[in-house]
Amino acid sequence: MTKALISVSGLDATGIIARVATKLSELQINILDITQTILGGYFTMMMVVDLDGAHMSFEEIDNELQPVRDELKMSIHMQRMDIFDAMHRI
Amino acid sequence: MIETGEILQTLRMIQEENFDIRTITLGINLLDCSDRDADACAARVYEKICRVGEKLVPTGEAIEREFGIPIVNKRISVTPVSLICQADPRPIARALDKAAAETGVNFLGGYSALMHKGATAADERLLASIPEVLAETKLICSSVNVASTRSGINMNAVKEMGEIIKKTAELTADADGLGCAKLVVFANAVEDNPFMAGAFCGTGEPECAINVGVSGPGVVKVALEQVKGQPFDIVAETVKRTAFKITRVGQLVAREASQRMNIPFGIVDLSLAPTPARGDSVAHILTEMGLEMAGAPGTTAALALLNDAVKKGGVMASNHVGGLSGAFIPVSEDIGMIEAAAAGALSLEKLEAMTCVCSVGLDMIAIPGDTSAATISGIIADEAAIGVINNKTTAVRVIPAVGKKAGDRVEFGGLLGFAPVMPVNSFGNEAFIARGGRIPAPLHSMRN
Repeated sequence: MTKALISVSGLDATGIIARVATKLSELQINILDITQTILGGYFTMMMVVDLDGAHMSFEEIDNELQPVRDELKMSIHMQRMDIFDAMHRI
Repeated sequence: MIETGEILQTLRMIQEENFDIRTITLGINLLDCSDRDADACAARVYEKICRVGEKLVPTGEAIEREFGIPIVNKRISVTPVSLICQADPRPIARALDKAAAETGVNFLGGYSALMHKGATAADERLLASIPEVLAETKLICSSVNVASTRSGINMNAVKEMGEIIKKTAELTADADGLGCAKLVVFANAVEDNPFMAGAFCGTGEPECAINVGVSGPGVVKVALEQVKGQPFDIVAETVKRTAFKITRVGQLVAREASQRMNIPFGIVDLSLAPTPARGDSVAHILTEMGLEMAGAPGTTAALALLNDAVKKGGVMASNHVGGLSGAFIPVSEDIGMIEAAAAGALSLEKLEAMTCVCSVGLDMIAIPGDTSAATISGIIADEAAIGVINNKTTAVRVIPAVGKKAGDRVEFGGLLGFAPVMPVNSFGNEAFIARGGRIPAPLHSMRN
């Protein structure tokens, strides 16, 4: 399983989770975990996803997220989970 | 499952505390490129580096994107050129520079000679060409090993290097002696060092290898902010834990690069390498321990603790540790060291003491332009003696600032930073350096 963290942050609005989740669903990317919070009108979400269903390279998936970034005007950052596992688990 | 707090800690280290992978360095063996004809040798060198190193920069950039960790430098180290040049080494230098530009790396190290016991004809040719080569090429770094614990100090080489450093500074005077920033004189040089200017691919190394250097002085400083006023047991433990986390990422990047390029993983260098950026300073770790400035009494002890704890924490995080491993204390590349030198808190003599316990040596120190070659040789000899006696790597990378005196400022730009010109003890040593010969290898029993 190739796990990645997708972090989404920016000004809160209606439909952010729906828009991101829809895109991931279109790409056959399964969501494994979500945490989300709003602090002072600022939306922050972290999703752990499984990239294997997409059958695309990391870069291609990241490019697919670009229209969502543009549309929502939010920062959407994707990175492999391995870095967190390496740092925090022996 | 990883907890949110852990994810945020990693992201904060990268985004706010300047944690990065300082370098992925690809070591390439060039022994099979040797030829009596200098141009034929140069052509082989160029072809091999371009072929083996082709994927280094794109692979590094892909790993950066996917893992979300900056990899500041991608570099190549090669077999010391004196071992492959049977004739004029300058065509090889030009080929190396061209290959470095072609592969897109930041620097290429290995315009080097190992002459800790004596010089071959090729070593002499290479040494003579260093000033010209460093002035005329952009990406090449040069290093010369003049001493080792097993063979002592080659004082002929020490003498010559004083003169070569002077000449290199003069030929690159219009760039504040930048050529000297690409030249390092070693005692006990290591074969798998990924850091410039001293990287080369030693003869005990495989055909090629991926070596990774990590960095994160800012992360260590922030961790120590959480244990203000606590005893040193806690300080050491905090550094160890932080070093472990940093090194684990280095190991991950090294393994990933090795797999993607199908090149064996060599080592992770457990290093704290500063940059001139604020929040990326080794000196500020020392001040966080309670010193007003780097150089204050207690600095050597603070650095000793730091260096040792970084190794202890890092060594369990990687399956192969090597290179120079420890805290670097370059002056011009560390804002805290620059401030300490400018304020007069840090002298060349204190820096020399600090090199007894840190990972390398006198590094990126600007000295007055009128410093004599013999004085520079004396500085090299002292530093080599520390390395040889204490069985550690030491080095000298000083930059005589042509036309400038103590208190003036030199500017190198980028990661190389800027520095105040530091005063040098000007009492004579010409007769000492003129002796030449070899200082014998030390006895390693009855240690006191």
